[in-house]
Amino acid sequence: MRQSQFEQRYRPLWERLEATLKTLEKTRRPGSAAADFAGDYQSLCHQLALARERGYSLALQDYLNDLMLRAHRQLYRHRTPLLPRLAAFFAAGFPRAVRRQWRWHLISSAAFVLSALLVWALIQYDPELVHTVVGPDQVADLEEMYHPDLRDTGARDRADDVMMFGYYIYNNIGIAFRTFAGGLLLGVGALLAMLFNGSFFGAAAAHLSLAGASQPFFTFVIAHGAPELTAICLAGGAGLRLGWAVLAPGSWGRVDAIRRAARECLPVMYGVFFLLVTAAFIEAFWSSRELDPQIKYTVGAVCWALVLLYLLLGGRAAAPPKGSGHGSE
Amino acid sequence: MRIDDQLHIDTPEGARLSLSLAGPLPRALAYGIDLALRGLVLLVLSIPLMLFGGHGYGLYLLLMFLLEWFYPVFFEMLWQGRTPGKRAVKLAVVHGNGAPLTFNGSLVRNLLRTADLFPICYLTGFVVMLISPRQQRLGDLAADTLVIHLPAPPATRVREAGAGEAPDWPLDREDQLVLLAFSERAPALSEQRQQELARLAYPEQPAPAALEKLRRVARHVLGGADPARESDQGAAR
Repeated sequence: MRQSQFEQRYRPLWERLEATLKTLEKTRRPGSAAADFAGDYQSLCHQLALARERGYSLALQDYLNDLMLRAHRQLYRHRTPLLPRLAAFFAAGFPRAVRRQWRWHLISSAAFVLSALLVWALIQYDPELVHTVVGPDQVADLEEMYHPDLRDTGARDRADDVMMFGYYIYNNIGIAFRTFAGGLLLGVGALLAMLFNGSFFGAAAAHLSLAGASQPFFTFVIAHGAPELTAICLAGGAGLRLGWAVLAPGSWGRVDAIRRAARECLPVMYGVFFLLVTAAFIEAFWSSRELDPQIKYTVGAVCWALVLLYLLLGGRAAAPPKGSGHGSE
Repeated sequence: MRIDDQLHIDTPEGARLSLSLAGPLPRALAYGIDLALRGLVLLVLSIPLMLFGGHGYGLYLLLMFLLEWFYPVFFEMLWQGRTPGKRAVKLAVVHGNGAPLTFNGSLVRNLLRTADLFPICYLTGFVVMLISPRQQRLGDLAADTLVIHLPAPPATRVREAGAGEAPDWPLDREDQLVLLAFSERAPALSEQRQQELARLAYPEQPAPAALEKLRRVARHVLGGADPARESDQGAAR
């Protein structure tokens, strides 16, 4: 069969497929428009193979190849509903994903806590050392925010809360994402980020407690610290997991190891995002309220207990069904 | 072995799919367009937001966050692997097996962008892309995604009518491809170049006659006017 006859015979089918593709690419629910789609796609595959085998012109082969590429993209498109997956993720997927790589989260948390303690101890020994970790502007900012003599408590209103909410989202989630991505650079980026954040936190706490502002500082940070510090540690742990996949892929190819690590870390990062949004809400609209320290410490303790219990126990009750290990997939 | 930027994928249906991979330059161009667009949106929206004081500034920071991290994810989901910049340069992101980009894939490749940015100007990403056989940056490797050139819509071809002439040598598949390529590309070539090519096929004839003969043979291979000689019943099924 010559090329022009081949084209003549199958042109109507190709045109029908093109029309179907146009509908499919536009709408999420094509309905009856896609009734013949799978069959048409199969015969297109067949005709492309024929065109190549018989040596029809390259232009025709390209045309069929492109048509098939478009059809392939539509046939293998995922259209799973979102809400049930979200519910399953929060009920079990996220804490399970965290526990599956608990070693990395432990290392990341240890890096944070130990560097904070070390810097805290050093500053108790020599208060001037705070300037090696925190810049002069930041020291001034810290004192202004928390020192009982310096801060003006009446000025903060709702607009400031919204502004700070935006700032916390932009800054904290950015830090968490960058910490995670930094892990891909052999884990160094994530580890450095954890050490630096820990040192900064230790320095701020030590400096303010020496300046007699420990009560305002701790009543401010305790509640939102639970989701926020946890999330940063989780992001660091996920980053370290990625870095380890690059350094020691084990029996996998290096690229495959990275791919697997990224797939395992992704539910953790969804959770980090959710924790940090929660933290930004608490930080902007609750932590800034002037309340009795007793109340704030109680609420803070409840927050810590909730976060830790959720991560430790969430999704344990129902044993995970075999083969559905990844909650968000 | 052919060295080109084509990637061949065998689909479950047993057909072979060819994708053409996009290199650093078109991707940088698409990124530049996206960057400019993001800046423009931020600039335009910041003016009305400035009027709302603290509320406005908070929203501005939120907007900055969304544009920095979720602008690519949003558009890659909305337009099947294409951000406005990629759309302008006719690129698209697909998975390594040619399947369309999923949300998780898009998120991974865009979260890990920071690692590719390190230390400046996508240096890491650029080096990794040069090393990688499929022109992937780190984020692409982790997400198993590719950036491909989207095919341009095919130009409609006009066939010149006329009698065909059977070739005077046994035609194999390679010859057939060359003849068909000639008949498709000839309209874009000058008359002199076509004659030059025709002289390669028929060196014993003067140029205009050789071209005329070559055209007739090409028409014969294309099979416009000739009656069908083979049956296609078996193939059509």
